[in-house]
Amino acid sequence: MIVQTLCFYLFAAVMVASAVMVISARNPVHSVLYLILAFFNAAGLFVLIGAEFLAMILVVVYVGAVAVLFLFVVMMLDVNVAELRQGFLQYLPIGGLIGLILLVELVMVAGFVITAPEVGEAVARVPMPPPEQVTNTEALGRVLYTDYVYLFQASGLVLLVAMIGAIVLTLRQREGVRRQVIAAQIARKRSEAIEVKDVPSGSGI
Amino acid sequence: MDTASLTTSLIAALPEVFLACAGIFILMVGVFSGARATHTAMLLSVAALVGALVLVLFGPSRAAFAFNDLFVNDGFGDFMKIVVLGAAALTLIISFGYIRREQLDRFEYPVLLVFAVVGMLMMISANDLISLYVGLELQSLALYVVAAFRRDTLRSSEAGLKYFLLGALSSGMMLYGMSLVYGFTGTTSFTVLADHFAGQAAAGQELWLGALVGLVFVVAGLAFKISAVPFHMWTPDVYEGAPTSVTAFFAAAPKVAAMALVVRVLMGPFGAWVEQWQQIVVFVSIASMLLGALAAIQQTNIKRLMAYSSIGHVGYALVGLAAGTEAGIRGVAIYMAIYVLMTIGTFACILCMRQKERMVEGIDDLKGLSKTHPLMALALAIFMFSMAGIPPMAGFFGKIYVFLPAIEAGLYALAVIGVLTSVVACYYYLRIVKLMYFDEPAEGFDRPVGREVGAVIAGTAVLVLFFFVAPGPLVDGAAAAADAFFAVAG
Repeated sequence: MIVQTLCFYLFAAVMVASAVMVISARNPVHSVLYLILAFFNAAGLFVLIGAEFLAMILVVVYVGAVAVLFLFVVMMLDVNVAELRQGFLQYLPIGGLIGLILLVELVMVAGFVITAPEVGEAVARVPMPPPEQVTNTEALGRVLYTDYVYLFQASGLVLLVAMIGAIVLTLRQREGVRRQVIAAQIARKRSEAIEVKDVPSGSGI
Repeated sequence: MDTASLTTSLIAALPEVFLACAGIFILMVGVFSGARATHTAMLLSVAALVGALVLVLFGPSRAAFAFNDLFVNDGFGDFMKIVVLGAAALTLIISFGYIRREQLDRFEYPVLLVFAVVGMLMMISANDLISLYVGLELQSLALYVVAAFRRDTLRSSEAGLKYFLLGALSSGMMLYGMSLVYGFTGTTSFTVLADHFAGQAAAGQELWLGALVGLVFVVAGLAFKISAVPFHMWTPDVYEGAPTSVTAFFAAAPKVAAMALVVRVLMGPFGAWVEQWQQIVVFVSIASMLLGALAAIQQTNIKRLMAYSSIGHVGYALVGLAAGTEAGIRGVAIYMAIYVLMTIGTFACILCMRQKERMVEGIDDLKGLSKTHPLMALALAIFMFSMAGIPPMAGFFGKIYVFLPAIEAGLYALAVIGVLTSVVACYYYLRIVKLMYFDEPAEGFDRPVGREVGAVIAGTAVLVLFFFVAPGPLVDGAAAAADAFFAVAG
């Protein structure tokens, strides 16, 4: 139990610290790297509460795809940090206000959970398998591939259409591009590639 | 879900499964066949749509509920699916020549349209808020891409971007509404929601305010998809900017699917709360009819004119829904089927508007068409008379079948406004007829118009003109659709 508590504080502290660094780092590439660190620590927190599937998804999707995409974008764009920071103080009041509203709402939610726990029970009507018997990956897989297989397949079609659409709208057949044709390279014969000349001594070709 | 119930479910969704597999197959054929890829893919897509249509009509008997009640089959769904599949197949057929001439011939075009139709069928058969949303997104995503399909022109890209941004906004609104409905009822299933609300109404309780707000948001999101006022802003720009064959597709199949979805959501889960959503539908309907009639008057571009005309037609179809009765739903089904016929015929004519190998879109280019292309002028005149609602064309009967239930339901003001706006709308429909028959000919259009386009124009014109001879099949089919729907919902 003490190990769990220690781990929780470790992950939470590193996560908060790296989240602060995301918005305060001078170099945008560093910001993205801190974001990845924050994701990893969030995944650790998920593992601690027994949601190992969410933890894996967080690492695979957010670190593996989204953050790497961010990294590419940030490295390709020439971001001028000094220019970006000019409006910081100007936007501070409205940003602070939004943060304050979020904080109040969080406190209210926590207050409801503590003072009136029956509100949460009303929502949780869906029968769930006992957590001791199945892992949550298995539980999710069981409903995803049985009860919701229709939606699962339909989502697959949506993604296929998205992929076709992206290719249709961006792929261009350009003229004059030299592509590597491996078959042609391998099929090349000595007779096609070189020519043997008999060079008489004392003169050029 | 065990193997047996999975098999039943797959058979229940056979048209959708077939069409989705066909879409993937056509994609592969397109990738691996070289220069003629587009032509092959177009032919295969039409064949796939017709195949799905045959499966809906003559396929094995399908279970009512499938996939853990996420999917529903009923007479209403079958009727709407037949209309959607027929409309999609016809719009693909009339765009054969267009995409070849306009350098749009990439095989992804028919593939995306096939996937859009899969999404529409899923929307029509949705029995859950989540399956509704997934079907809607599948349809919308494919349509965003085809709107921007001519990516090198500014207008097409603008149309795609505008459609995408506003579509994402409306999806967001709808999701927000769904989350409220789910939060207040604890379920997303239409069946459970309908039972829940019916019980609540029977016990004389008020509808929860949160669920009501959710309903309003869902209706707002759906109103965007059928481009009803006040969520119509995107329609004229997208219709004008998108390639004409895409516009023809937009005006036909997605409209029917979205309208079917509106009917299913409002009459299904929220069927017990007619008086709550009736006022919204009445307002949207009146606003759409007024805007469709008034804003179209000053248009000079025929695609923009058709956009405003389609907004007006959505308003008329909603009149039937506002009645909220079985006859009203029958009216909506009949109206949408007739609307699709007229629209496809008109767009087939618009796709023939070429001068010197270039597409023209001005209404003035139609001047004197009766002298240069007498048959096409006759067909277009039939469509315009029908859209204006002049007897004995089909459009007149469509309007009767939506206005009568509204009067029976006591919505006199709505019916009177509907009749008045259709008189105003006559002005711009008949102006096209006047331009074609009484003005001096401008430069004629290029020949030949293409055999398949000519066949579609002739076929739809004959159907629209002689609908009154045998209205039986359509009216009976629509009545069965509304009846089956009420049996399931009630």
